Amino acid sequence: MSKYVPTIGIECHVQLCTKTKLFSEVDNDARGKEPNSCVSPVDYALPGMLPRLNGEAIRFAILAGRAMNCEINAFSRFDRKHYFYPDSPKGYQITQFYQPIIGAGYVELPSGTKIRIEHAHLEGDAGKLTHFDGYSLVDLNRVDTPLIEIVSMPDIHSAKDAHDYCKELWRLMCYAGVTYGDLYNGNMRFDVNTSLAPEGSKKLGTRTEVKNLNSFRSVERAVEYEIKRQTKVLDSGEKVIQQTLGWSDATGKTTPQRSKEVAADYRYMPEPDLPPIHLSTEFIETESAKLPLMPSDYREKFKSTIAEDIMEVLLDYPALMQKLGEIDEKYVKNVSNLFASVLLAEEKSAEYLNGLPSAKDLNELAEMNEKKELSSTATKEVFLRLFDPQMKGHGAKNIAKELGLIQENDLGALEKIVETVLAKPETKKAQEDFKAGQEKVLGFLVGQVMKESHGKANPSVVSEILRHKLTK
Amino acid sequence: MKTANKKVTAERLVRDALEKAEFFRDYNIFTFLNKTGAIQKAREIDAKIAKGEKVGRLAGVPYALKDNFLSPEGETTASAHILEGFTSPVTATVVEKLEAEGAIMIGRTNLDAFAHGSSTENSYYGPTLNAFDQERVAGGSSGGSAVAVALDIVEFATGTDTGGSIRQPASFNGVYGLKPTYGCNSRYGVVAMASSTDCIGFFTKTTEDMDLLMSVASGQDPKDMTTLPDFYNDTKPSKPRGRIGVIKDFDNELVNKEIRSALKKKCEALEKKGYEIVELEMPALKYALAAYYIIVPAEVASNLSRYDGVRYALRSDKSDDLDSLYENTRNEGFMPENKRRIMIGNFVLSSGFYDAYFLKAAKARTLIVKEYEKAFEKVDYILTPVSPSPAFKLGEKVNDPIAMYLEDVMSVSLNLAGVPGLAVPVGKTKSGLPIGLQLVGPRRSDKNLIKFAKELE
Repeated sequence: MSKYVPTIGIECHVQLCTKTKLFSEVDNDARGKEPNSCVSPVDYALPGMLPRLNGEAIRFAILAGRAMNCEINAFSRFDRKHYFYPDSPKGYQITQFYQPIIGAGYVELPSGTKIRIEHAHLEGDAGKLTHFDGYSLVDLNRVDTPLIEIVSMPDIHSAKDAHDYCKELWRLMCYAGVTYGDLYNGNMRFDVNTSLAPEGSKKLGTRTEVKNLNSFRSVERAVEYEIKRQTKVLDSGEKVIQQTLGWSDATGKTTPQRSKEVAADYRYMPEPDLPPIHLSTEFIETESAKLPLMPSDYREKFKSTIAEDIMEVLLDYPALMQKLGEIDEKYVKNVSNLFASVLLAEEKSAEYLNGLPSAKDLNELAEMNEKKELSSTATKEVFLRLFDPQMKGHGAKNIAKELGLIQENDLGALEKIVETVLAKPETKKAQEDFKAGQEKVLGFLVGQVMKESHGKANPSVVSEILRHKLTK
Repeated sequence: MKTANKKVTAERLVRDALEKAEFFRDYNIFTFLNKTGAIQKAREIDAKIAKGEKVGRLAGVPYALKDNFLSPEGETTASAHILEGFTSPVTATVVEKLEAEGAIMIGRTNLDAFAHGSSTENSYYGPTLNAFDQERVAGGSSGGSAVAVALDIVEFATGTDTGGSIRQPASFNGVYGLKPTYGCNSRYGVVAMASSTDCIGFFTKTTEDMDLLMSVASGQDPKDMTTLPDFYNDTKPSKPRGRIGVIKDFDNELVNKEIRSALKKKCEALEKKGYEIVELEMPALKYALAAYYIIVPAEVASNLSRYDGVRYALRSDKSDDLDSLYENTRNEGFMPENKRRIMIGNFVLSSGFYDAYFLKAAKARTLIVKEYEKAFEKVDYILTPVSPSPAFKLGEKVNDPIAMYLEDVMSVSLNLAGVPGLAVPVGKTKSGLPIGLQLVGPRRSDKNLIKFAKELE
């Protein structure tokens, strides 16, 4: 079997979470709303309606571009892309074909590989069709939700890197705060172009495009499948046909889509209803400065406090990283462990992510834990109570007190309890055994003291006192 | 302009206008008469007047609305079958502004379907007849509006001008017709023909009325991003250098003799008043018609894509799948001229032809813009014929699209350049047909242009 080098380029559509749509003042958040309830006469394409450009989408585009280390173009404009389909009320999509707002840049994968960005442009999304037997229903809620389409250079050469690139893009867009990032609901969609060329060849092979993938895993699987399929085709001396393919997660295969879609002539034309966008250097700089910390910034910031594997897990949750950014440096390790091992293990973790405790509460909690006022079990208990709507307002310290979880560290008080226990006849045998050199009975005695203290005594302090008293 | 007062009520003005509209029914001016709506509005205004409340600058003034302006009163059809049955839930910005000042729409006027045409013969509802000769065309596309004013049915009418659609019918019917600077009046809620050249304007009987309407209607509109920052009402009186341009290439054999001599006479009259007449060479204008009939059909094809039978108005019932739904609806709903422009437009935009046609036309357009800028460095205004001939006979050109397009040869360059033009009635031919001349000014000179038209009276 001959050796081929795969070359992969990816186009990614990101739905922006602006308040209103790209060209109208209608609510852009259609989650959980009736079909066709978030539609204005402009989105519906009544006669005489004109697009009004949403300034927030421009600001989001600048943030998204900066997140990918891209140039922001001072001059950009819109074009019309024509096609007839009921998901496109105007009969054309408003996009940026000739002069996009986001120029060249790059995305760095966790492995350090850099994938160059060719450009990214703003455009309006299409509506949604649901097909039934003999008829189809049209929902225009999604029409002209702002999208940015990110076009990579063909710099990717493995299915794994394709996966990692998509995941890193998703992280970048979530951190930049420009999308809800809900892949299941299509907030980000990937079109993957794959071609094979013999090793050492300077020419790229014929590519296929797998459209509309909405998970990193399907991106990876589709690329793996295409590499295998194209290898077979080339090995048998055939040619790869340039075509658009669909992917099925269920069958794990790509299948050709209708050739009609490939042959479409979109008749691009400058959008005469929208004047070109002129951005001043000051505006671009002011908006760029609003970009929050990115995954690479957090990796750098916490590289000595958070272990690499825990870091990569936590990085999938921008809310957690942002929260860690607010935590006292000395407690970051402690809190990051709570996030990784407690919060993310919870069944309701998705819900929890939307209502994280305050940095003050988390600092307090970590402090109590480190001062040994709370055992690790008690720390987990209090941590979870911080998400409890009934208790979260009380503060970490108060919750710990209310639940009686504060450990007794007062030496004088503890000594008294220890003395009481040692005076009890049922502990005499154990005392003698310990003095005789049987270390393991110390645990029994500590347990007795804990019982006497109703669980509030700090076991390590108790064993110190016991050891001291019995070896005197 | 007669506004309503305690003696002459709005209801009286409106009833008079409606009566006249009925009387001139044969001219096929209106696609809809707003009888109940108009009278009700008139009564509201009269009640205000009776109570001594403040009323607007156009209180009770009856007007006619070209049927490509959206408002909930009557169907907005753009005289096209494909929009039959469409009642708009929204109101055009200009309509809102007029009505806020108390103007009352008494009817919607006929046009070439989607404003494609120069004679109103492309209307689904049949042609409108010329106010001065029933065997001749009203001009177009705003034929109904021009005739409504010419026959004195209303004080004023709205129009849209993409390549001459206000100025040419105004000149055919002996009234004033203004195509303002591009972006002066909002296009929001006006059925789009070609977005980059469409202008919203008026037909009036006097320049004073035109000025009043522009002061009401003009201004930046957040709903139309191509509107310019307000300038009309802030325009300072210009100090004319006293130089008026005429375009050398427009003085040729193809232009009707009587129109040429009317222009000559006006120039002589101006000279007597102390103006200097400057003959201008504007060679780029010879590309105007060709560039126009590439750019405009491209935008037309694009803007008409939304009429697909899916969401509103006409849907063919002969269809059994999506493709046939599109085909049959659009085939039944569009007029031959609409289809012609859709085909030309899609052709010039198709891949492989874009550079050869659309891009070249766009470059020619830039040349034309510069040509006008250069001209206005030398002269205050330019005076030209509006069209090569006075109103022609019904049916004379309707089967010859090229002859019909040539009607626009002297008007389209203004739309490509975005400069304002006012059709001024200057007399009649021996056979009694009105002659109009076109007064052209630099961008944003609208107010002074209208004022200067007085000099031509």
